Amino acid sequence: MNEAISLVALAASLTAAVARWRRAPDWVVAAGAALIVVLVGALSFHGARTALGRLGPTVGFLAALLVLADGCRRAGLFDALGALMASGSHGRPPRLLAMVFLVAAGTTAVLSLDATIVLLTPIVFATAARLTTSPRPHVYACSHLANSASLLLPVSNLTNLLAFAACGVSFTRFAALMALPWLVVIAVEWVVLSRVFADDLRTAGTPPAAAAAAAAAPRVPLPRFATAVVGLTLVGFGVSSIAGIAPVWFAVAGAVALILRHPPQSLRQLFSAAEPTFLVFVLALGVVVAAAGENGLSSVVDALLPHGQSLPALLAVAVVSAVLANLLNNLPATLIIVVVVAASAPGGVLAMLIGVNVGPNLTYVGSLATLLWRRIVHAHDEDVNTAEFLKLGALTVPLSLVAATVGLWLALQVF
Amino acid sequence: MRVLVWITESSWQPCVDQAGRLIPADAEVTLLHVAASEVEHLAEHPGPERFGRRRRPPAHEPQVRAIAESEAQALLAAARERFGRDAHTEARRGRVEREVLEAAEGSDLLVLARDGRPRREPKSIGHYARFVVDHAGCPVLLVWAEPPPGLEDMHWPPHLRR
Repeated sequence: MNEAISLVALAASLTAAVARWRRAPDWVVAAGAALIVVLVGALSFHGARTALGRLGPTVGFLAALLVLADGCRRAGLFDALGALMASGSHGRPPRLLAMVFLVAAGTTAVLSLDATIVLLTPIVFATAARLTTSPRPHVYACSHLANSASLLLPVSNLTNLLAFAACGVSFTRFAALMALPWLVVIAVEWVVLSRVFADDLRTAGTPPAAAAAAAAAPRVPLPRFATAVVGLTLVGFGVSSIAGIAPVWFAVAGAVALILRHPPQSLRQLFSAAEPTFLVFVLALGVVVAAAGENGLSSVVDALLPHGQSLPALLAVAVVSAVLANLLNNLPATLIIVVVVAASAPGGVLAMLIGVNVGPNLTYVGSLATLLWRRIVHAHDEDVNTAEFLKLGALTVPLSLVAATVGLWLALQVF
Repeated sequence: MRVLVWITESSWQPCVDQAGRLIPADAEVTLLHVAASEVEHLAEHPGPERFGRRRRPPAHEPQVRAIAESEAQALLAAARERFGRDAHTEARRGRVEREVLEAAEGSDLLVLARDGRPRREPKSIGHYARFVVDHAGCPVLLVWAEPPPGLEDMHWPPHLRR
C-alpha cells in the first residue's frame, strides 16, 4: 500500500512539473504529495526530517548561486560577455561559435546552467543577429552546453549540488576528477555542432557587413567588481575544504557583495531571482523520492546498477542514469540514483552525474514524458524543431557519455 | 513579371548582385527574409533543463523577437540598397522552408542562393534550399553564393569518368 501511495505521489509531482497546470502548480502538488506520504506513514517523520536536512543546505546553496548570477546580470556582466563575443569573432561565424563555446562553457561551469539558459542565451542570440549571421548554431550551442558543460564544478548544475555531499570529495577534487570529462564533452560538442551547422556558419566571400559590425560593436568593458566577486567566490570554493568553511558561505558572500554594490530594484526582484517556488519543489520532491526509495524504488535501482569503480561499472551507471534522466527528467533521476551509487563514491556518483547532465540533450525536452505531453497538447507546435534536436542529441550524447566516462575513469586512476 | 528574391544572412550580397544582373529591368521584385521562429523560441524559452522552474524568465533579457525583427529590417534595407533598383521587401517569421514556399506562391520566378558547400556536388544545396527547390511551384533561379570551382576540379562519379 505504502509502495503504491509513494509511487503515485512521485508520479503526481512529476506530472505537475511537466504539465504546468495553472491551478495546481508543480510546487503545490509536490508539497501536497510530500505531506501525504508522511501523513499516511509511507515515510516516517524522522525519514522526512532526514531528507529535508540533507536537501536544505543544497537548496540554500542553489538560492545563493541564483542570486549571485542575477547580481552578475545587474552588474552588466552578460552584456559585456556579449560584446566580448562580438569583438572576438571579427565578424566570422565560426569564430563567433568558438567564442560562444568558451563563454557558454565557462558561464555554465561557474554560474550554473540556469545562468547560461536564462541570462546568456538571449544575449548570444542578440549578438549573432547584430553581426548579421544566422543565430541558429550559436543558440543551439548554448542550449547543448548548458547541459553538457555542467560537469566541471559542484556548482555547475543542481544535480551536481545534490550529489556533491554523496561524493565525499572536496570541491577541488571534484573539479580535478571532472575536468577531463568536461573537456572531452565540450570537444565532442564542438566537432558535432560545427559540422552539423557548417552551412549556417559559411559566409559567401568576405563579409564586410559582419566584420564592420564586429569592429563597430560597442566596447563594453567587463564589470570589474562583479568579475572580481565571481573570481574570489571561485577561489573561496577552491580553498573551502582547507579553510574548513562550507562552500555555500562563499556563494552567500558573493551574492551579498553584489547585492550591496548593485542593489536590485526591489526586494521582490531579489526574491524572485532565487526562484522560491522551485526551491520548495526541490525540497518536496526530495521527500517524495525518499518515500518511494524506502518503499522499494531504491532496491529496484540498486538491482539495475552495478557497483564499484571499474570502467564497465562506471559506463553502466552513466548509461542507466542517462536513460532514467530521459524517462523522468534529470532532477528526479538524480534524487533516485544518488542514494544507490553513494556506495561507489566518488566514481559511481560522478559517472551518474555524467549520465544525468549529458543525457538530457538526447531528447531536448529532457524526458520522454515531456515529449509525449507536448505531442498531445501541442500537436502542431511549430516553434519546437524536435527533429533537429533529436538529430543533434543522437550525434553527441552517446559519444559524449562514453568518452566522458572513460575520461573520468582515467582521472580516477591519477587523482 | 513578379520575382521573389530570398536572401539569407550568409549569402545576401552575392544573391542580390546576381539577381540584379540576371532578372529583367522591368520585373517587380520583392526581397524576402525569413527569421527562423524555432531559433527565437529556443533562445527565449528555457528548455527541459529548467524542469520545475518558472516557465518564462523575468522580462529583463534582450527581447529576442524585437531584436530579430529589427535586424531583419536592417538586412532587407541593406539588400535593397545594394540591389540599387526599386524593390519591395518582405520579412517573415516561421519555419524557413515553409515561409519561403508560401511567399513564392504566385511569383513568376524565385531567386535563391545555394546554401551548402562551395563545390559542384549535391551538398552545395543545403537542406533549406533543397526543400525549397524541390517543392517550388514556379521557375527557380539558383545562383552560386561563391564562384564555383572549374569543371576540372569536379568529382565525377565513376560511371562518368573518362
